[in-house]
Amino acid sequence: MTQPESAAAGGDWPLFEVFIRSRSGLEHKHVGSLHAADARMAIEHARDVYTRRQEGVSLWVIRSADIIASDPEEADALFEPARDKVYRHPTFYAIPEEVKNL
Amino acid sequence: MYTQALDTHGKEPISAAAGDAAGQRFQARIDADEKIEPKDWMPDAYRQTLIRQISQHAHSEIVGMLPEGNWITRAPSLKRKAVLIAKVQDEGGHGMYLYSAAETLGISRAQMVQQLLSGTAKYSSIFNYPTLTWADVGAIGWLVDGAAIMNQIPICRCSYGPYARAMVRICKEESFHQRQGFEIMLTLAGGTAEQRAMAQDALDRWWWPSIMMFGPSDADSKHTAQSMRWKIKRFSNDELRQKFIDITVPQAQFLGLRVPDPELRWDEAGQHFRIGPIDWSEFYEVLKGNGPCNRERLQARRDADAAGEWVRAAAAAHARKQAAKQATGARQP
Repeated sequence: MTQPESAAAGGDWPLFEVFIRSRSGLEHKHVGSLHAADARMAIEHARDVYTRRQEGVSLWVIRSADIIASDPEEADALFEPARDKVYRHPTFYAIPEEVKNL
Repeated sequence: MYTQALDTHGKEPISAAAGDAAGQRFQARIDADEKIEPKDWMPDAYRQTLIRQISQHAHSEIVGMLPEGNWITRAPSLKRKAVLIAKVQDEGGHGMYLYSAAETLGISRAQMVQQLLSGTAKYSSIFNYPTLTWADVGAIGWLVDGAAIMNQIPICRCSYGPYARAMVRICKEESFHQRQGFEIMLTLAGGTAEQRAMAQDALDRWWWPSIMMFGPSDADSKHTAQSMRWKIKRFSNDELRQKFIDITVPQAQFLGLRVPDPELRWDEAGQHFRIGPIDWSEFYEVLKGNGPCNRERLQARRDADAAGEWVRAAAAAHARKQAAKQATGARQP
């Protein structure tokens, strides 16, 4: 039986999250993840795995372990308070038709 | 390419934990067409079903590189060679997207690779058939990738977010695969008598295995109902198979090739092409490991893994060295 992948390194290479800027002027957007031994290899792999069809002009990679995410269990506590503050939206305010440029 | 509905023969825990409150809330989210994301609560059976399906799908992409890779060095022109390399590279990329999606469910890449290499994981049985001639590369693109697209498009709307997103990316790329395959068939079909015979021979050998890619018929498919409730699956095996037959038979007719099924007929009332009985004994034999290339495919993956070991070890050593150097550099102002 052969060894599992990267068994010599004691398991998988670190996981990186990949972000692509599809063209200049747009923000980087998350597209997926991959394993790489280091940051440079992560960029090279990201190029091969995620941009074979000119999907981007710039790449970001970040170790998945370094991402701090909100907890779905706390979603209500975090986001619910915004729900009853509709006055933060312009459509909340009734303005007479004849008033222009508002 | 695609993994067929192999999960229908796994040891699947059917109970969806539907009884408890968390299970009911989960099902309500699915019913409301909400996507489930990695950190969300999910029933264990849902998680296990997805891990198995996505990893099988990933393995299929990786093993699927082998039959076509067989023809890269013998492609008939530089253009065909460049196209085939791009296609095989895409299959590798698809495997990578899918392994990543499966990893979000808590299984490691190393575990999945180990399952493939040890022979405990399944992959689509279609890749256990040999590619004997150049026409097989055309037939695979046209039929195998065609069947894959039919299967995969509904998975773009799968309830599990990472799987659905990987599938959107894959489907965009598959369309090129199918069209390049059909174009190869078209070129051969318009060629010499020998080339036409080659195209016909490829269709003869790939037709039934492609039809079987949709998995067992609905009557024998134990877990379809549960997967449909979870919106992992949107159509039954037989529905997808029929769709594939209905669009593919006219394409074969256009090529002037004969579909190898003496009972194939147009059902005017039903507005469908009807095929003859499928020889499922062959399907199960291939699934059990007794197809023409099962052993060869697995050995090729094991050899690749063993041959790449020193590269992975060197890369890991380099990364450790660089990290250590950086740490020392940071300490010395």
